[in-house]
Amino acid sequence: MVATETVKPVSVPGAEGTASAPGTAPSRLRRFGRAVLPGPAPGANGAALYRRWWLPWLWTAPAIVCAVVFGVFPFLNTVLLSFTDAKPLGGAASFVGLDNYTRMLGDSDFWLATRNSILYAIVVVPLMVLLPLMLAVLVEKNLPGIGFFRSAFYTPVLASSVVVGLSWQWLLADDGLVNTWLEKAHLIRSAVPFLSDSWLILFSAMGLTLWKGLGWYMIFYLAALGNVPKELHEAAQMDGAGTVRRFWHITMPGVRQAMMLVGTLTGIGSLRVFTEIYMLGSSTGGPGGADRTLPFYIRDVGLDPLTGNAGYGSAVSVALFALTLGLTLLAQRLTKEDEA
Amino acid sequence: MTTAVEKPRRLLPRWRDYGRPRELVVRYLLLLFVLGITVGPLVWQFLASLKGVGEDVFGRNASLLPHHPTLRAYRQVFDQVPVATYIRNSVIVVVLSIASQLLFSTTAGYMLSKPGWKGRKAVWVVLVASMMFPFESIMVSLFLSIRDLGLVDDLAGVWLPGFVGAINVLLMRGAFLAVPREIEDSAMLDGANEWQRFRHLYLPSAWGAIMVVTINTFISAWDDFLWPLIVLRSESHMTLTLGLSRLQSSSFGYDQRVVMAGSVISVVPVLVLFVITQRWFYRGVSAGAVKL
Repeated sequence: MVATETVKPVSVPGAEGTASAPGTAPSRLRRFGRAVLPGPAPGANGAALYRRWWLPWLWTAPAIVCAVVFGVFPFLNTVLLSFTDAKPLGGAASFVGLDNYTRMLGDSDFWLATRNSILYAIVVVPLMVLLPLMLAVLVEKNLPGIGFFRSAFYTPVLASSVVVGLSWQWLLADDGLVNTWLEKAHLIRSAVPFLSDSWLILFSAMGLTLWKGLGWYMIFYLAALGNVPKELHEAAQMDGAGTVRRFWHITMPGVRQAMMLVGTLTGIGSLRVFTEIYMLGSSTGGPGGADRTLPFYIRDVGLDPLTGNAGYGSAVSVALFALTLGLTLLAQRLTKEDEA
Repeated sequence: MTTAVEKPRRLLPRWRDYGRPRELVVRYLLLLFVLGITVGPLVWQFLASLKGVGEDVFGRNASLLPHHPTLRAYRQVFDQVPVATYIRNSVIVVVLSIASQLLFSTTAGYMLSKPGWKGRKAVWVVLVASMMFPFESIMVSLFLSIRDLGLVDDLAGVWLPGFVGAINVLLMRGAFLAVPREIEDSAMLDGANEWQRFRHLYLPSAWGAIMVVTINTFISAWDDFLWPLIVLRSESHMTLTLGLSRLQSSSFGYDQRVVMAGSVISVVPVLVLFVITQRWFYRGVSAGAVKL
C-alpha cells in the first residue's frame, strides 16, 4: 500500500558508532548494552517510551489541527449551517429549521444537478474500469519503446483540467479540429454542436474526464496485472484461446479487486466533477446551467457573493455527501459479496 | 576490488523474440492509435502556440505543423495577461504547500509509527475521519472559515486548508513503520535523541515516500482550480490555472495561439518534473489508493 524502501545501514552523526545493518544477528556489544538498560526494551509492548508525555502531541499537533479545523469541523458545521440562512459574506444568520431541505426537494435545478452527477458516474465508471485495463494489457508486454508509450499515455494526467479544457474547447469548436475532420471525411454535413448543446457538453466533459484519467488507472492496473499468473495465459494460449477470451476469462478475474477499487474511486470522482463542466460549458455550466453538477450547483447557490445562501448551499452539500457515502457503502457491499 | 569476471555477452533480442509478426504489428498500431488520442491534443496545442498570425490554427486550411515557427505568442501572452504575476502566485502557493506538507506529515507520521504513547489510536481515527468528506461537500463551510480568518482574496487562504493532508501523514507513517526496529534500538544505545534519530535515521530511510508526498503536493497545488476560484477575487492574486481559465473562448476573443502559449507555460513545469522523477510518479498512483 505504501512505498517501502530498502533500508541501508545509516550512520547517525551526533551519536557514537554506527547502527548495525538490518537482518544481521545482534552484536555482542548490543546484547550487552540492552542488558544494562533500565527497564524493558524501549517501546516494547507499548510501555511508556516518552517521559515527556506531551512530546508526541507536539509532533502530531499540526496534523491534528489541520484534520479537525479543515476536515471534521467543516463537515459538522455544514450540517449545522444547513438549518440556517447564513450568507457567504457574513451578517446575522438565523435558524430556519428544515426550510432549506424542503426548498431543495422542490428545486428542479437541484434535481437536474443530481441527475447530471449520477449520470456522469453511470457513464464514466464502467468505461474507466475497462478502458485503462485494456490499455494496461496493451503496454504490459516488454516491447522495444514500451517505456516511452507508458510515459506518453500518462502525460494527460499531469496537465490541469483547466489547460486540457482550453485545448478541448478549441478542438471541439464548430470550426475546430474534430468538426473539420468529420466534415472532410464526409461523415457530417454541418458542425456538431459539441459546445452548445447541453447533452453534448455533458458527454464531452465525460470524455475529458476519461481522457485525463486513462493514464492514471493504467499505471494502477499495471501493478495488479503483475499478480496474474503468466502460466494461465500460456496454458490458455496453448488451448487456442484468443486475446479476447483470455482477457475475459483470465485477466479480468485476476484483477477483480483492483477493478472494484477503481470503480469506487471513479464513482466518487464522478460526483466531484466541476472543472470539466466549467471549462467546456462556460462559467454558467452549460446553456441555462443545464449541465451543472452538484459541486457546481453548490458553488452557484451557496457561494455567490451577491445572491448566495450558504445555508442552502450547505443543505445541497449534505445531499452530495449522502450520495458519496451511499456509493461507498454500495461499493463495500459489492466487494464483500464478491469475496464471499 | 577488480575481478575480471567477464559478463556473458548480451545479444540484442531479435524482433521475432517478441512474438509473431502479425501480433506485433497489431500491437504497435494500437499503441500508435492510443498515442494519437492521448498525446495528440497536447502536441497540437504546442504546435499551435508556435504559429504566426498568418497561419490558421484550425479550420479547413489549417495545417498541423507551423510553417514559420515563432515565439510571438509567448511574448504576447505575457503582454496581454499578467502571466508573470499568475506564475509568481502559483509558485508561492506551491512552495508554501510543499514546505508545510513535508514538515508536518513527516513529524506526525513519525510519531504515529511509534508505539509507547497513549492517544495515537485516537489521532489515527481523527485523521482517517477527516479524509471521509469530499472537499466539494465541505467547501461552503471552509469558505466561511477562511472568511472569518480574513483570508478571502489572499494566497494564504488558498494554502491554509491543505497545509498538511491526512493522506500524506498516513503515507509517511507507513514508510516509517517499514524501518527495522533493530536500527533504532542501536541508535538509542548510542545516545541519539528523538530528533537525531528522526533526522538522521528515519528521514533518509523514507526517501521514496517523501518524494511521493512532494510530487503529489506539487501537482495538486499547481493544478488546483475550484478552491482558488472560490477564495481569490482580484487579478493580482490569481494563480496560473485561475488566470488561464479566464482565457476561455466564450469570455474574451483571445487569439488562440496566445491561449495555447499560456497553456504550454502551465504544463511545462509539471512535465519537466515528471521526466526527472518518473518512477516516484508511478508510486504515487498506488499511494493514491489509500485515499479510500
